[in-house]
Amino acid sequence: MATTASRPQDVLDALAEERRARQGNRVWRRLKAERKAFIGLFFVGFLALVGLLSPIVAPYDPDDDDFGLFQSPSIEHPMGTDSFGRDLFSRILIGTRVSLTIGILAALTALVIGVALGLVSGYYGGWIDSLIMRFIDLLWAFPVIILTVGMVAIFGAGARNVVIAIAIAYIDDFARVVRAEVLRLREEEFMVAAQSIGAADVRIMGRHLLPNIVAPIIVQATFAVGLGILAESGLTFLGLGVDPTTPTWGLALNEGRDFVRRAWWISVFPGVAIVFTVLALNLFGDGLRDALDVRGVGDDADEGA
Amino acid sequence: MTRYIIRRLIHSIFIIWGVATLVFFGLRAIPGDPVVQFLGAEYSPEAAEALNKKLGLDEPVYVQYFKWLSNTIQGDLGDSIATGETVDEAIRTGFPKTISIAFVAFVLALVIAIPTGVIAALKRNSWIDYVVSVIAFIGVSMPSFWFGIILIILFAVRLNWLPAVGYSSIEDDGLWEWFKHLVLPALAVGAGFSAILMRFVRAGLLEVLGSDFIRTARAKGLSERSVIIRHALRNALIPVVTIAGIQLALLLSGTVIIEIVFSIRGLGRILVGAILDKDYPIVQGVILLVSVIFVLANLVVDIIYTFLDPRIRYE
Repeated sequence: MATTASRPQDVLDALAEERRARQGNRVWRRLKAERKAFIGLFFVGFLALVGLLSPIVAPYDPDDDDFGLFQSPSIEHPMGTDSFGRDLFSRILIGTRVSLTIGILAALTALVIGVALGLVSGYYGGWIDSLIMRFIDLLWAFPVIILTVGMVAIFGAGARNVVIAIAIAYIDDFARVVRAEVLRLREEEFMVAAQSIGAADVRIMGRHLLPNIVAPIIVQATFAVGLGILAESGLTFLGLGVDPTTPTWGLALNEGRDFVRRAWWISVFPGVAIVFTVLALNLFGDGLRDALDVRGVGDDADEGA
Repeated sequence: MTRYIIRRLIHSIFIIWGVATLVFFGLRAIPGDPVVQFLGAEYSPEAAEALNKKLGLDEPVYVQYFKWLSNTIQGDLGDSIATGETVDEAIRTGFPKTISIAFVAFVLALVIAIPTGVIAALKRNSWIDYVVSVIAFIGVSMPSFWFGIILIILFAVRLNWLPAVGYSSIEDDGLWEWFKHLVLPALAVGAGFSAILMRFVRAGLLEVLGSDFIRTARAKGLSERSVIIRHALRNALIPVVTIAGIQLALLLSGTVIIEIVFSIRGLGRILVGAILDKDYPIVQGVILLVSVIFVLANLVVDIIYTFLDPRIRYE
């Protein structure tokens, strides 16, 4: 490593950089060996593509309602038509985009807040830690579905508020994981080194701690996207989700429930789409966990709807 | 140990108080006036004022809060705004249904998860193991309410074996009717739970099977059956007990959405309805109960854990 560093801080940063690069290579090799992660990644990629291209690949306009009501699946309508006479297949394709977007945004929001809380809590300890962890305990003591229903009731329905509600509900998972990792790393040599040369707290957290706990955060985030999609579908199913003119999977299920005797396909296919998506994310997360050698993350990955 | 339990109990009380307080003020942040909503077409300023006075909603929020807190500590949860019945009554009608679903779900999940987990572990890396783990993966990835609808379509609409919706109590219709109405909702709630348990049984058993005392048991000539059941399974189930305990509380909250799918007026349905109606006392009472159960379940699990595994010591 050719470093022309003169200040001890730069040397430490360079070392951190090198550590990261070594780790990155190893991760990629392990990931390739991990079949689950690869299958999961493949399907997640496929779904992302479907989400991106859905307006082009959808055979019909999702809001076009002159196909006749309750047509069972056929060549023209592979998943049948719904109670308004709209093509279900097109609606489910468009729904991919909505579900993935909400799941990803909710997971990212929860990640940013949860990681920040976990870092600060674990790094400073003492009363700051106690205060933050009591807040996290509170979040954890609320069942997710009740928390999200309550928050949507307060903020009102709609995509943005659904994202916020789901994100808040999953902050505690990130904060706990990160805090545990920070506590583990706090006494490590590189931490002591960074502290002893007088690096600022923010710098230590950002440049030394954070890069070392990326693995469990990524694994947790992968599960969180799946959980977010489940939570969104549950909220929309209850009529509290995204605005009812948007084609979403949860909305289709909500509608299908009233027609279980007449049109099974309205209930079956949107659910299959949800299962497929969450399954892909869970496979990817599980494989990633093995590849990155992370333990104890996402063990209660069922906390969704 | 006693000190640990006492400390945890105090901690639990604080969590429950925090949840209750958050709910109390959170509810009042929901836009809209419950009294206006309740009166509907019969709304007049006088009627609203009278009702507000009757419900104590005309007082400043902090006064309402302390009144509610002191009443709650004395065991009085207040009356529903929408129906006028006491919160006690609402809980008493809803709770047996919710706990029935959760209980049957718990039992069914154990009955499904333990044998399949054992088989998957014993036939490790065979096609059976593979199929079981794929099913388990699907189980945790599935929205329970969707699975509930699928079960209704299959077993109620197509095959006509089981009732699609509703609840019947043991006192009114007997055990069999009670159970028949609960099978589908319980399966729907318990599927994900069962999948998680199964993975723990499999992993636990695999770990135990590789240990020295199993080799000893085999070496002294015990039958494979007795090795598995008497020695391996017993030890493998220790972590399963704790997972089951934690999940039991989650199972309870999982019934919220399932009660709506199966039109069962349990706590979950009452709660969601009350949140939307801004029926403050009902929401406060039900969430209080739920959080007490949740927090206590976790406390009990932690305590059982220290007994099962003496290596764990809490200070």
